[in-house]
Amino acid sequence: MNYREVITIIAELLKGQLVVCANGFISRETFTISDRTENFYMIGSMGLASSIGLGVALSKPSRKVIILDGDGNLLMNLGSLPMIGSLQPKNLLHIVLDNEVYASTGNQPTISNVIELEDIAKSAKYAYIKKVTTDEELRREVVHILENDGPSFLLVKISDKEEQREIGRVTHSPEEIKERFMSAIAEITE
Amino acid sequence: MLKSEDFAQELINSGYDFFTGTPCTIIGNLIATLTERPDITYIPAVREDAAVGVAGGAYMAGKIPVVLMQNSGLGQCLNALTSLNLIYKLPCLLIVTWRGFGNKDAPEHLVMGRICEKLLDTIGIAHHTFNPDNIKVLINMSYKLITENNEPLALFLKEGVID
Repeated sequence: MNYREVITIIAELLKGQLVVCANGFISRETFTISDRTENFYMIGSMGLASSIGLGVALSKPSRKVIILDGDGNLLMNLGSLPMIGSLQPKNLLHIVLDNEVYASTGNQPTISNVIELEDIAKSAKYAYIKKVTTDEELRREVVHILENDGPSFLLVKISDKEEQREIGRVTHSPEEIKERFMSAIAEITE
Repeated sequence: MLKSEDFAQELINSGYDFFTGTPCTIIGNLIATLTERPDITYIPAVREDAAVGVAGGAYMAGKIPVVLMQNSGLGQCLNALTSLNLIYKLPCLLIVTWRGFGNKDAPEHLVMGRICEKLLDTIGIAHHTFNPDNIKVLINMSYKLITENNEPLALFLKEGVID
């Protein structure tokens, strides 16, 4: 699987769930594939998608909140995992796209080729943890975590190395991203 | 010296309803009070940038957040403030303990104690400093300012203002 396939599969399974996207290719691909008002694109503050998602999940327990994270982002704010585990928000789903590199800055290696991120999630006491490597497993597990209580942690191993290509940047201004995300949260859905 | 219970009550009366942060001895009692109160949530954070991120999420989900930290934490959350709060216009009240004030403290606090006001001036975050007579005024004003301007505001808290 590559990034595009993974994000396409996840996007197809979403309904009204809120999604906080980590910076870099995750926000840019998600914006390009399936822009929706329920998406918050974090364009700076690397590492903090999981913290932002936690704040949303704690403050809006009636809505499912998906954090679309990357291995580089996760490792940069690893303390977020035990915060989530200690607070046990049932509506928080943490999906980590793990390609073992910082893709948007030119594929410099992270350390997730030797460090098992799902083991860290286990130690941090997530309620449900799975690692997937195929599109079939990904579909099954995304459906499962969307239908069940969390906090859940889904590690998606990205095996296909990205060919160098142009990926569009998020064209909404940060304030627009915030305003429409806040409107989507305030709507009564689900 | 104002009791931490009363300080917390002022924050809540002003409209703040989400609290997170990291500790300092100056706000030890305040954090204990916030943790014990059944009507509000205090989220212990592992680092100041994580606290600022959680506060940003809480704001977008309808809360008006307060982040508590020592001034050393301003260094930790500098990028969160500049590349999250200031560009998305996410308000929060930063209550920042002022260690190293007047060059009198443990060595690790002295540099930040000297520069913490300048640091906020440089990144463009407004700040004021509590004294025993302005607590209520500053807290009330802070709520109005951050919710009208959609920006963070820092209130420095020196030792001896609250118990």
